[in-house]
Amino acid sequence: MELGPYLLFASLEGLVHAAVLSLIALGLSLVFGVMRIVNVAHGEFFMLGAIITWWVSSLVSGNPAIGFLLALLVVPFIVGITAVFSDWLILRHLKYDPEATIIATIGILYIIQQFALMTFGPDARPVEQPFNIRLDLYWFGFSAYKFFVILSAIILLITIWLVMTKTKFGLILRATQLDSEIAQAFGIPISRVYNIVFGLGAAIAAVGAVLIVPIQQAHYLMGGEPLLLAFIVVIIGGLGSLKGTVAAAILIGMSDGIISVFFSPNIAKILATLLVVVVLIIKPNGLFGTTKT
Amino acid sequence: MRKNIILHLSALATLFLFEMLGIFSEYHQGNFARILVLAAYGVGYNILFGYTGLLSLGHALFFSAGLYASGLSIYHLDYNIEQSLLLAICISALISLIIGFLALRTIGVSFMIVTLMFSQIAYLSILYFGSITRGDEGFVIQQSSRVFLSMDLSNPTIRYYSALLIFSLCMLTNLWIAKSPFGRVLVAIRENSERALMLGYNVKLYKLFSIIISGTISGLAGASYGILFGYVGASFAAVSYSIFPLLWVLIGGAGTVLGPLIGAIFMFYLIDYASDITDAYMIIVGVALLFVTLFARRGILGELRYRFYKWIA
Repeated sequence: MELGPYLLFASLEGLVHAAVLSLIALGLSLVFGVMRIVNVAHGEFFMLGAIITWWVSSLVSGNPAIGFLLALLVVPFIVGITAVFSDWLILRHLKYDPEATIIATIGILYIIQQFALMTFGPDARPVEQPFNIRLDLYWFGFSAYKFFVILSAIILLITIWLVMTKTKFGLILRATQLDSEIAQAFGIPISRVYNIVFGLGAAIAAVGAVLIVPIQQAHYLMGGEPLLLAFIVVIIGGLGSLKGTVAAAILIGMSDGIISVFFSPNIAKILATLLVVVVLIIKPNGLFGTTKT
Repeated sequence: MRKNIILHLSALATLFLFEMLGIFSEYHQGNFARILVLAAYGVGYNILFGYTGLLSLGHALFFSAGLYASGLSIYHLDYNIEQSLLLAICISALISLIIGFLALRTIGVSFMIVTLMFSQIAYLSILYFGSITRGDEGFVIQQSSRVFLSMDLSNPTIRYYSALLIFSLCMLTNLWIAKSPFGRVLVAIRENSERALMLGYNVKLYKLFSIIISGTISGLAGASYGILFGYVGASFAAVSYSIFPLLWVLIGGAGTVLGPLIGAIFMFYLIDYASDITDAYMIIVGVALLFVTLFARRGILGELRYRFYKWIA
């Protein structure tokens, strides 16, 4: 293949990365924006989504599309409920103290990951693509499913944006993000909002997992890498900012995809992290918005 | 002060006598040698987290900096033990200076995440330069290179005493810092950094010194671990090796000199026990982290200090 088409191929692969990454990063960013906590277990919720997708699709025989659609409905719900439960059981008792919350979410990370190892096992397991059509792009064939992933992510991002800006629920979230005490004074049940947001953040990541599993396989250690990338995205894009997160996700996801195709996945991550160092040097206080600590 | 010296010296004497009188079985002797080196790592971590109040999630970077600096210099350049230890100390001090300079531009939550990310770069770089570092697989330091002053460091007894020596060195440094005016300033920064700033202390410089001391001790522990146990591998740079010292310090008591040792003994045997039962033994780490944050925020020694013995350093 010549360089031009090869670059196009790499960009398309990068776009698939970017689509899923923007969902994961958005979940992380939403939780930080509203609750002012960093959820280190976020990647494990993503992983949980992937292995439950495998489980759901293995239950349904026949057309793989049925299993996929079922997973798309059920998985984000199950993962969301798990997150809501862990918030209810653990995080709210810590009064969302930043340090304690980080330590506790690391604990949750290990528990989910090791639980997956005990039940799902150490092997990577594939999930069949819901439809198997190859589009002929003149120079190379490209899976139609990958386009579907990109499209779904775009639709979901627009939906989230509409919910945040046009609905009463979105207004409540934005009010809580702006000043939780004043919001509470206006009768917003803060602890319930926190509970729902924590579940919602995990559920968004789980949607990303359902979409990626037919391409990537499910594995109990798959949560670490997206977490690192999501941190990078969120630092570059500015936490809590929806537009910034999506823009940075496209930048990082694309370049990660392209560099991975041409060089090595590790060098892509090293470069992306060095970009964070540059951001650090240019605007040290801009990181994570204005954190009060 | 005198009570503290008696307490800490008698702790060291106990560890010495256990070996002298042959109380350890061979199995526990090996375990304790590991625990002592790891506890030295915990001591390094504690200086930053327990005394200065900066939570780093990336100390595996410093540990593996020492580990690889000594390991690679012995493996590729035929350095002897003294040279490689000296190199490891210099390299880890330099890396802590650079990381500290960059990471201290952030505070609070960002500091934790940024340290975590730096440590991930180090881990990925070790994998990337696999032709030098042998990546995940790691490499073995031959027994013939592990000789110091014509003592064979792979001999279990000599290894135990060497580990005890390293730990004593780090622990007594910590005790000395904790009681020095410098250490008092670190605690003041932990308790209220704005007030410390108002009193005229250069908070950032103190924090930077704290990172350098902490990182260098961690690097020394890493180098000793490689030399004493003869194996260098990428798993020591992974996230879990940043979480372990945090957990030891939390369990033993943040800001106490003996806390990391108590925490390391406790977790080492807990994990040892759990790994006999299941492959998923790291779940113990998760449960322990949740337990200390929810129910035992001060840790064992911290609780004792809070309730009974206010003088414990």
